[in-house]
Amino acid sequence: METDQCTFYYKSKTVNSALSRTEWIQLKEVLSFHDWKLVTLALPKSCHLSSHQVTVSSSHICRLYDRFHALDKDDKGSLNRSDFQNISELAVNPLGDRIINAFFPDGMDLIDFNSFVRILARFRPVDQNPKKEPNAPEPINSRVNKLKFAFQLYDQDKDGKISKSELLQVLRMMVGVQVTEEQLESITDRTIQEADLDGDDAISFEEFKKSLDKVDIEHKMSIRFLR
Amino acid sequence: MGFFLFPFDSLICILLGISFTVWFTLLLVFIIVPAIFGVSLGIRKLYMKTLLKIFKWATLRIERGAKEKNHLLYKPYTNGIIAKEPMSLEEEIKEIRGSGSSKDLSSPEFEMSDIFYFCRKGVESIMDDEVTKRFSPEELESWNLLTRSNYNFQHISLRLTVLWGLGLLIRYCFLLPLRVTLAFTGVGLLVVGTTMVGILPNGRFKNFLSEKVHLMCYRICVRALTAIITYHDSENKPKNGGICVANHTSPIDVIILASDGCYAMVGQVHGGLMGIIQRSMVKACPHIWFERSEVKDRNLVAKRLSDHVEDKTKLPILIFPEGTCINNTSVMMFKKGSFEIGTTMYPVAIKYDPRFGDAFWNSSKFGMVSYLLRMMSSWAIVCSVWYLPPVTREEGEDAVQFANRVKSAIARQGGLVDLLWDGGLKREKVKGTFKEEQQKLYSKMLVGNPEDRSRS
Repeated sequence: METDQCTFYYKSKTVNSALSRTEWIQLKEVLSFHDWKLVTLALPKSCHLSSHQVTVSSSHICRLYDRFHALDKDDKGSLNRSDFQNISELAVNPLGDRIINAFFPDGMDLIDFNSFVRILARFRPVDQNPKKEPNAPEPINSRVNKLKFAFQLYDQDKDGKISKSELLQVLRMMVGVQVTEEQLESITDRTIQEADLDGDDAISFEEFKKSLDKVDIEHKMSIRFLR
Repeated sequence: MGFFLFPFDSLICILLGISFTVWFTLLLVFIIVPAIFGVSLGIRKLYMKTLLKIFKWATLRIERGAKEKNHLLYKPYTNGIIAKEPMSLEEEIKEIRGSGSSKDLSSPEFEMSDIFYFCRKGVESIMDDEVTKRFSPEELESWNLLTRSNYNFQHISLRLTVLWGLGLLIRYCFLLPLRVTLAFTGVGLLVVGTTMVGILPNGRFKNFLSEKVHLMCYRICVRALTAIITYHDSENKPKNGGICVANHTSPIDVIILASDGCYAMVGQVHGGLMGIIQRSMVKACPHIWFERSEVKDRNLVAKRLSDHVEDKTKLPILIFPEGTCINNTSVMMFKKGSFEIGTTMYPVAIKYDPRFGDAFWNSSKFGMVSYLLRMMSSWAIVCSVWYLPPVTREEGEDAVQFANRVKSAIARQGGLVDLLWDGGLKREKVKGTFKEEQQKLYSKMLVGNPEDRSRS
C-alpha cells in the first residue's frame, strides 16, 4: 500500500497525516462533497489524485482535530482509554465503558486521529440521494454499519451472536442496582424469544437487523455538525 | 579611543537621566495621582476604542487574504460543534421505540433499540462535551494581534505582520516595563501602608485609614494591568456582615472587586511574597487566613466565617464558591459551604471581554509569575462587574438549592452558561454516583415505579 503524505492546515500548524491513498479515498467518503472541496492536500508529485487537489481547511476535520487535541492532554498524538474516561459526560453514561471499547478494536491501547475520525464517521447523517454505483463499497455511515456499531456493544466476545448472558450484562449496566435479577432474566428471556428466529437461543446480526426493521436508525444514530 | 567616548558617556548619562525623570513624572501625574484620588482621566477608554478599530482592520485583512488564496478561515465555534436535541431520557427512548414498535407504549418494557439512546449520547459527548472546554481559554472570533490567539498564520500579509511587530514592540518595550513598575509600586505601598496603619489603636480612624490605603493600592494595581472596568448597579454593593460571592476566572478578580470596595479576604496562608502581603494586610483590618491543615476541617472554617459575619463592624467576606478558575464562558457548581452560614449573600457577576487579553488562569499550564507576565503583556483587561441585589435563604430551601439559585442569577446576568458540573473536574475524574441517576431514570422505563410494583 502506498503511503502519501497528506497535510492539512490546522490553526497555525501543518498536520502530516500519513494515510494510504485508499484510506484517503475512504476518508473522503466520510465528508460530504461540500466539506471535501475544502481540504488542503499537499500530495507528493507521484500521486495522481488530481481531481481532489483543491483546497482549504475543512471545518469538520479541523473541528474533530481540535477535539482530538483537547482530549489528548499529554500531547501524545494519540488517545488512550484514560483520555476518554476523563470526559465527564461519558463517564456517567451507563454504557460508557462499552462505547470506549468500540474505539479500541483488536486489543489496541492507543488510537490515532485517522481511526478516531473513521469511527466517528459512522455517525454521519445518511445521504439523502445516494449515487448507487454497482461495485461501490457500503458507505461507512450506512444503516447497516450503524447497526453493526450498536451490535458490537452487545456482542462482547465477537462471535456474531448476542447470547443471553451478554444481553443480561448490558441490561445490568443500564439499570445498575435498581432492578432485581429475576426481573432482568424475564426481560431477557422475552426479548430473545421475540427476536430469535432460528431457535438457537441467541440473536444473530440478521435477527438483530430484522427486529429493528422499523426503527428510525438513520435519524437516531446520526450526529449532525453545526455549520 | 577611550578619549572619544568620554564626552559621549556623560551625554548619554544626562540624556538617560532626563528621560527617566520625565517618564517618572508622567507616570506620577497621569497614573498614580489619579489612582490615589479615584479619578479617571479617560486615557484608557480612548486606548480601548483605538485598539478595537485596529483589530477590526486586522481581521478584515486576514479575511481578504484568505479569500484571495481561495482558502476558508478556521473559525472557532464556542457554542458547541454538534446539534444536540434537548429531550429527556424518557422522551428520547419513547421516540426511538415508537418508530419501530407496534406494541402499547405505555407499558414499561425493554426494547433492543433502547441501546441507541445511550450509544448516541456517548458518542455525542466524545465529540463535544460541556466540561472539557471550560478549562481552556475562550477562542476569539477576530484576531487581536496577539500570537497566542492566532489560528490563521498562513494568511497574514506583510502589512499585518508589520502591524503585529509594532504591537509587539509597544507591548513588551513600553507597556510591560510601565506595568511592572506600577505593580511593584502598588504592592510596596500596600505592604508599607497597611503596616503603618496597623500601628494605630483600633477605632474608627484606623478603619477609615485602612480603607483608604487598601483602595489606593488596589487602584494602582488595576492600572498596572490596564484593567478597564465598568461597574453596574453599585447601589447593591456588599455591606458589613454579609458575604459576597462571585464567579472565578483568575486571581485578578480579587483586585477588580477590591478596587471598588473593601472586603475581608479568605484564603490559605502562603509563604514568600504572598505571605508578607497577607501578614501586613491583616494588621490593618481583619482578614481570614487559614493554615493548610485547618482548610480540611469544615466545621472550623464555617465557625470562623460565621463569627466574622456576626460582627457588624467587620467588612463583608469575599468568597469564590466555584473553588477553581473557570474560563469565563460558564459558571460551574457552587460549593455549599458558604451558603450554610445563614447571612445575606451579595452575588456579583464578572464578565471579561477576551478581545483585549484573556484573563483565564490555566493553572496546570502556567505558574503565577508567567500568568502575570502574560496579563501584563496583553493589550488590556476589560471587564464588566454587576452587583446583583442581595439574597437570603428562603424557607424550606436547603443550602444546595440556595447555591444553585444564586448561581443561576449570576450566570443570567453575566451571559454565562449555567452548569451543574463541579469545577473540580479540572483535575479529578467524575464520581461514579452520577451514573446512578441515569440508571434510575432508565429503570423506571423498564419496570415502572417501585410503588407500582409493590401494588401489583
